Amino acid sequence: MADSWRTYGETGIRASWRTYRMVAGMWIRSTMAYRSSFALTLVTSFCVTFFDFVVILLMFGQVRGLGGFSFAEVALLYGTAGTSFGIADLTMGSLQRMGKRVRDGTLDTFLMRPAPLLAQVAADKFALRRFGRVAQGLMVLVWGLYLLHVEWTPLKAVLLPVTVVCGAVIFGAVMVLGASTLFWIQDAAEVTNSFTYGGNTLLQYPPTIFAQDLVRGVVYVVPLAFVSWLPALYVLGRPMPAGVPEWAAFTSPLVAAVCCGAAGLAWRAGIRSYRSTGS
Amino acid sequence: MPFIELDGVEKTFTIRRRTGLLRREKREVRAVDGISFAVERGEMVGYIGPNGAGKSTTIKMLTGILTPSGGRLRVAGIDPSRERTRLAQRIGVVFGQRTTLWWDLPLKDSYRLTHRMYRIPDARYEENLARCVDLLDLGDLLDVPVRQLSLGQRMRGDIAAALLHDPEVLYLDEPTIGLDVVSKARVREFLKDLNATRGTTVLLTTHDLTDIEQLCSRVMVIDHGRLMYDGELAGLHAVGESERLLVVDLERELPPITNVPGARFVRSDGPRQWLAFPATASAAPLVAAVASRHPLLDLSVREPDIEAVIAKMYGGTREDRRESLR
Repeated sequence: MADSWRTYGETGIRASWRTYRMVAGMWIRSTMAYRSSFALTLVTSFCVTFFDFVVILLMFGQVRGLGGFSFAEVALLYGTAGTSFGIADLTMGSLQRMGKRVRDGTLDTFLMRPAPLLAQVAADKFALRRFGRVAQGLMVLVWGLYLLHVEWTPLKAVLLPVTVVCGAVIFGAVMVLGASTLFWIQDAAEVTNSFTYGGNTLLQYPPTIFAQDLVRGVVYVVPLAFVSWLPALYVLGRPMPAGVPEWAAFTSPLVAAVCCGAAGLAWRAGIRSYRSTGS
Repeated sequence: MPFIELDGVEKTFTIRRRTGLLRREKREVRAVDGISFAVERGEMVGYIGPNGAGKSTTIKMLTGILTPSGGRLRVAGIDPSRERTRLAQRIGVVFGQRTTLWWDLPLKDSYRLTHRMYRIPDARYEENLARCVDLLDLGDLLDVPVRQLSLGQRMRGDIAAALLHDPEVLYLDEPTIGLDVVSKARVREFLKDLNATRGTTVLLTTHDLTDIEQLCSRVMVIDHGRLMYDGELAGLHAVGESERLLVVDLERELPPITNVPGARFVRSDGPRQWLAFPATASAAPLVAAVASRHPLLDLSVREPDIEAVIAKMYGGTREDRRESLR
């Protein structure tokens, strides 16, 4: 048979992005199939996001500062971590739901397509409503910056957006790492959640309010501190926690790259040991 | 070079079972235990065996979903588990109990995704889709959301989806399960035509032996991860030591016929008696012998039931198994 017109299955980033767009598009259309349900979820998630924001306002209505940090400074921490996490959750959040696909064997159908598995799983059940988290994070971030009187240098101006992007990549890598374990243990999703959702909650507050051992763990063991803490502290002109040198604030891209490498290796190992189900 | 080639392929699963609060027991299960066979391009092969025999595991290794624990496996010269996505362009898979179609979207949307994901040239896609729609009678279903399709309609839809990219080999896992007689016939007719006109290699697992009888010239029987038989369907009789039945109607009720060599008395019901004889033997001398000694009114010969033959095979291996476990 003539193979001239065939383009063989690719892996690579371009193929992944192409696959992601196709699958996510199908899910958006699937959601639209139930219009009223879609409208309801949209309203609900808008309300949840809005009330989350009100909670923060109320909290700071009572407390002027937190661990030596002013309201505006906390808003910056909260905003960077929240936006990073929101982006990761929007694009890769479905990875946490992969355990079900492994258990009921529907992952098999993904594996039979000539497209990268990671992109297919990440785009699985893609839901636009998760954009709410991103919007909320951005809102707090912009507001914090508005209230703060940061002495802007070009370095700081570049650092902030880079931090948000790298933070999303680190969160995403942790999600991939967590999903890789699902090939072996299908109920491990909660462990990953404690790192991603838990990490997000942790990073939204100043490091000074937490126990030093916890802070060290977040810096050196699970490198979540690079998501927002260190760069944001630099922008604020604050001292680094847990004896970290100041230049560490600029290493987020490096940490993100290392995390991606580790996640990629774990993912490959996971696929190879996939066991599928009985029938 | 054969299109599909397996050489001593094994797949073992380690099952961990909790036996106490902390104690765990590790057990190795050999789902596929050293299977070797070769399938040439254009062959249509039936792959049968009881539940849990290792059929699906074999298919999953052939598609690259599962990595073999041992042995060598090639499909179109490719090692499936190493180059799964590359191989996916050249194979089509239909799992009878699992749909690849998009539940909430019209059938044609699933096809459109396949079109893009497999990068099928437009002309080719249109041609293949038109052909499938025509032969599988999908015309009225294209705009219907998949969740509203009946089981038979969905199966036809799934088969079409697996063929839009012109796969060289089609794996079908229970393609007629749960279908009514008309749907089954239509699916079989389509597969027969596909194999004849396109030369697509077909590997079919099924519990419905009519599928095999009507479609496959070659059948492979697997049990407990081992290949028990590989050859023509008819050849199974010789291997399975199956028997044909001679049904004789005598003039009156008589004592059981036991004095005819080569025949075994099975049962009687009034003047009618059932005699069994090896499927490989000729019926003529037997009929002559019976007729010469008994007042014969009428007779008929019943061919052995292939299902019974296979059941007997499974039974035999199960006993071997028990032996080996002891």
